[in-house]
This record gives sequence, C-alpha cells and structure tokens, in this order.
Amino acid sequence: MSMESSGLKAPRLKSPLGQAIGHGSAHAGTEHFLAQRLTAIALVPLTLWLAFSLLMLPALDFYTVTAWAAAPLHAVGLALLVIALTYHSSLGLQVVIEDYVHANGPRIVLQVLLRLVHAALAVAGILAVIQIATRASL
Amino acid sequence: MSPESRPQTPPQEKAPSRVPSSMDARPVVRPLSPHVGIYRWQVSNTLSIIHRATGMLLSISAVVLVAWLFSLAAGQTAYAQFGWVFGSLVGQLLLIGWTFCFFFHLCNGIRHLAWDADYGFDKAVARKSGMVVVVISIVLSILFWVLALTQVTS
Repeated sequence: MSMESSGLKAPRLKSPLGQAIGHGSAHAGTEHFLAQRLTAIALVPLTLWLAFSLLMLPALDFYTVTAWAAAPLHAVGLALLVIALTYHSSLGLQVVIEDYVHANGPRIVLQVLLRLVHAALAVAGILAVIQIATRASL
Repeated sequence: MSPESRPQTPPQEKAPSRVPSSMDARPVVRPLSPHVGIYRWQVSNTLSIIHRATGMLLSISAVVLVAWLFSLAAGQTAYAQFGWVFGSLVGQLLLIGWTFCFFFHLCNGIRHLAWDADYGFDKAVARKSGMVVVVISIVLSILFWVLALTQVTS
C-alpha cells in the first residue's frame, strides 16, 4: 500500500492485534449472556401468568381489567413483567443489530435508539401500572 | 497490489509451512460460518432462525403490551379505542400471530435454557426436542384461542 495510491491515508503499521487492543469488550460478554438468561427465566412465569389470568377473567371490559390489574400483587407482577420484557427485548435486538448491521453510522444510531426506546417503554409501562393501581384505590 | 509496493515482505520470506497469524500486517481471511448457500438445512438451524424471527416480532408486541397498559391507565375512552383496534379482523390476526410467536419463543427458549444447563445437547435429542417444541407451541396457540373465544362468547 503506497502513500500515492491511498491518498492522504498513512500506511497501516499496526497489526490486527494492535488495533484490537485497547478497544475493550473482549471480557464483557458474560454479563449480557447472564442478563438474557435471567430475564428469560423471569419471563416464563410472568408471561404465562398474564396470559392465563386474562383468560380466566369473566370479561375484558375496562372495569373488570382495571380491578384485576389494580390488585397490589397483580400490579407488582405487571411492573416486573414490563421490566423483564423490555430488558430481554433490548438484549435480544442488540445482538440482532450486532449480527446484521456492520456499517458504523447505522449501527451506532440503531444501538442508541434501541436503548432509548426500551428505556422509554419501561418507564411508560411502569408508570401506567402505578396509575392504574393508585386510581382504583382512590 | 503489486509486489513492488510491499518492500517489507520479500518473496524469499514466504515459507510454505508458515501459518497465517493475527500478527500479520494484513487480516487473515477465513471462511465465515455458516455459509447459508451451501449449508445443509436441518431442524436445529431452522428453529434457531425462527427463534430469532419470533423474538423480533415479540419485541413489537412488547410495545403493544405497554400501549394496552397505557390505554387502561388513560381511561375508558382510550381503552375502548385499543379494544376497537385489536378487536378488528386485522388486530385479531396480529394477536393470533403473536400468540404463536409467544408460545414458540417460550418453548424454544426453555429448550435453549436446558442446553445452557448442559441437558439435551446431543444431536438426536436436540432434533427431537425441536420437533416437540413445534408441536407444543402450535397446540398451545390453538388451545389459547379456543379458550379466548369461549370467553368472548360467554
């Protein structure tokens, strides 16, 4: 690679190893792996509980569902479900982006958007659960 | 790249026994795995792809779940609007699709957790458990909607 043919770019003198060192993350995969499994384990009972609780309700009208969702134990379950679900979704989509989006710009934009959207989803979900629970008790 | 432009590696240095290493100036080009074009299609890789696809679709359903909670918090009118959207034909079809995605991702996720705990990783066992996951997730989806529709009609 000559200086003339590559324009302003200097010849690359660093080895691939030298380029990789200092960029971190080689040891940081375990946390992601564990969090994905932990949220998966939490989602098994939480999602089944929600699905079959709704099935067991006599109807799905506003008052029946509000009364059910406002019960303290149910509100806790719903809040936990929102947290586990948004976290698990964020971790999963993160890997999908890592696998398929290689261009630096789109990759970074998507990874940032992914986290912001999931944080917003989690806050919105938890706030809704709190509002349902507190309004019904008034 | 002409040989004159790389004076740092004269041809005499190219010993045939030398294995390419990460210390080379140029990256070592290795084959990527799996090469979908020449990959023999089988149960495990098909279910792996479906697992990822259903997971991505379920991420959208997470937005719907939060929207449902939000409409319930916002009051009767908003809840009725949500019910109108997901009570429509398109809404019901979406919910049916998400139900299968959910039961498949759930069952196959449990299969993955078992693998992580070092159970059922043998080729034959993994193939069988994959078939079981497909059958169970279809049965649970049908069962769920039979129960859901009897709830609506009762």
